[in-house]
Amino acid sequence: MFEPVLLKRASLPRSETIEVYMANGGYQALPKALEMKPAELIDLVKRSKLRGRGGAGFPTGLKWGFMTPENVTKYLCVNTDEGEPGTFKDRELVEKDPHQIIEGAIIAAYAVGAQRAFVYIRGEFFLGVKRWIKAIADAYARGFLGKNILGTSYSLDMSVHRGAGAYICGEETAMIESLEGKRGEPRLKPPYPAQIGYLRQPTLVHNVETLANVPHIVNRGAEWYASIGTEQSTGPKVFCVSGHVFRRGVYELPMGTPLHEIIYTHAGGVPGGKKVKAVIPGGASTPLLTGDELDVTMDFESLAAVGSALGTGAIIVMDEDTCIVDVARRTARFFAHESCGRCTPCRVGTQQAVRLLERIEAGEGDSRLIDQLVDLVDGMAGKTFCPMGDALVAALRGTFKFMEEFHAHVALKRCPLGLPYQEGAPIREKAPGASTHAAA
Amino acid sequence: MEAGKFAVQDPAKRAMVLTALFIAQEQFGYLSPQAIARVAERLNMAPEDVYETATFYSMFRFKPVGRHVIQVCEGLSCHLAGGAERLVEYLQRTLGIGPGETTLDGMFTLQTVQCLASCGTSPTMRIDDTLYESLTTDKVDMILQALRGEG
Repeated sequence: MFEPVLLKRASLPRSETIEVYMANGGYQALPKALEMKPAELIDLVKRSKLRGRGGAGFPTGLKWGFMTPENVTKYLCVNTDEGEPGTFKDRELVEKDPHQIIEGAIIAAYAVGAQRAFVYIRGEFFLGVKRWIKAIADAYARGFLGKNILGTSYSLDMSVHRGAGAYICGEETAMIESLEGKRGEPRLKPPYPAQIGYLRQPTLVHNVETLANVPHIVNRGAEWYASIGTEQSTGPKVFCVSGHVFRRGVYELPMGTPLHEIIYTHAGGVPGGKKVKAVIPGGASTPLLTGDELDVTMDFESLAAVGSALGTGAIIVMDEDTCIVDVARRTARFFAHESCGRCTPCRVGTQQAVRLLERIEAGEGDSRLIDQLVDLVDGMAGKTFCPMGDALVAALRGTFKFMEEFHAHVALKRCPLGLPYQEGAPIREKAPGASTHAAA
Repeated sequence: MEAGKFAVQDPAKRAMVLTALFIAQEQFGYLSPQAIARVAERLNMAPEDVYETATFYSMFRFKPVGRHVIQVCEGLSCHLAGGAERLVEYLQRTLGIGPGETTLDGMFTLQTVQCLASCGTSPTMRIDDTLYESLTTDKVDMILQALRGEG
C-alpha cells in the first residue's frame, strides 16, 4: 500500500493552517535547504528526477539550471491557473495544504536566486485565493517569507495575483503577459521565460504540484524520491478521476501505476458493470485511449509510447454508451471558447471544428463533412502559435480512433447510440478582438 | 499630469490592471465606460488599453447582470457524470430564464461555463463567490431560497 506524500495532511482537520502544517513535519525542509548552496539544491533536484506536473513533464532540476545569470532580478511564478478540463488536483493541493507549496516555492526561489515570487491563481478559485493570502501572511509572520528568512541573508517576497478567466493563461508565457497586466496572449518561444520572462527578467514558472514535491525531496533525499515510480518518471502523482466511475476524486499514487488499477481498484470501476469504451488519460488536451489500452502505466514515457500523454494526470473515463462524436464536439467547443484569438489557425480552426462536429453529431450532411474535419485537423497541426491549437488537434485525432462512429452518424443521419442531439449554448459571437465566454 | 501622459509607462504599475478591474467591477457591478476610464486614470494608461486588456478575460462584464450570477459547469466530466444538463434545465424552469439571461426582478443571471475544476463532485455550479457541489434539485431550491431571503 502506497503511503501518500503530497496528500498526507489533506485529510486532517484544518489542514490548511500553518499550525497543522508545522505540527506534521512542515517547514522542516526550509532550514535544511537554506544551509545548502543553491548549486547543491539544483543537483539534488536533478538527481531526484522530478519532472513538471503541469503537463509538459520538463525536468525540474534542468529548468532551475537555466536560471544562471547572476546579479539580475529574477522571479518565480507559481502556476495555480488550473483549467484543463478533467483536472482538479491543484485546487485540492492549494485549498488543503497551501504551506506545502509555499515551502517548495521558497526553496525553489532560493535555489535559482529569485527575490520575488508571484502566485498566479485562476480567478474563479475564490476559496483558493483566500487560502493563499492567509497562508502567505502566516508564513511572513513566522519569518519564512520577507527579509532575512530564518536569520539568513536570503530574502523573498510573495504575493497573489488573480487571473480573470482565460484558460490560455496556464501557458507560462501567456501567464507572464497577464501578470504584466496585458492580454494573456502567448509569446513565441524561444526565448524561454528562464531567459526572458516577467518584465524581461529570468523567470521560473512551476505548477503547484511540482513545487509541492520539493520539500519532501529535501527532507527525505533524492534517492528516496527516485525510488518511487519508474526509471524516468519518478515520485508520487496526484491523479484526478472523473466520468463514468463509482468513486470520482483525487488519488495520489506512484508514477507508473497501471491505468486499469486506478479505474477498477481505486475508483471502483464503471457503474452498471458497463465496459470502458475510452479513457482520456491526462486532461482534455491528451488523445484518448480505447478500452483495449487500459494496461498502459501512467507515466510520461509509457503514455507517449501509446501516442498519448500524461498531461495533468486527469483521467476521464467513458463507458460503452458514450458517443465519441459528442465528446469530440464538446472538446472542440472548449478550445473554441478558450482560443485567445491571436493566430488564425487556432481561432478559425477551432470554431470550424465545432461547426463540423455539430453537423456530424446532428446527423446532417454526408461523409464529406468527415473528410473536411480530417483535412481541417491536418491543416491546423503544427501551424498554431502556441500549443493550444495542437492540443485540440491531438484530442480530435484521438477521437478518430472511433472513425466508424463518425461514419455511422452521417450514414444513419442520427447518433447511432440513440442519444438525442443536445444543442449546447451557442458560442457567443466575438466582438472584434474580444474573447468569448460568460454565456457560451 | 500632462507630462505623465507621455512618460514611459511604468510596467509594474500596469501589472495592477486586473486587480484594479476586479475592484471597479465590484464597485460598479460591471465595467461601464466610466469604470474603465477611472481605472485608466489611476494607472496612467489609455482607456482603450484598459478596455483592450479587460475584454480578453471572461470574468469581466461590460453590461449589468443580476444581483447573483449563477454559473453551471457543463464541461465534459460534468456532462459524462450526468446531471449537468438536467441542472441547467431545472434552473431554466425554476427561474424562467435561459442561459445568458437575467430574471425580471434582477435577482439572478444564469450562465453556463466550462470546467470549474470540480469534476469529482458534479453537478456543480458557482453562485457569485461560492462553489456548490454534488447538487440535487432540493439543494438548489434551498440555495436559491436562501439567496432570495437575503435579498
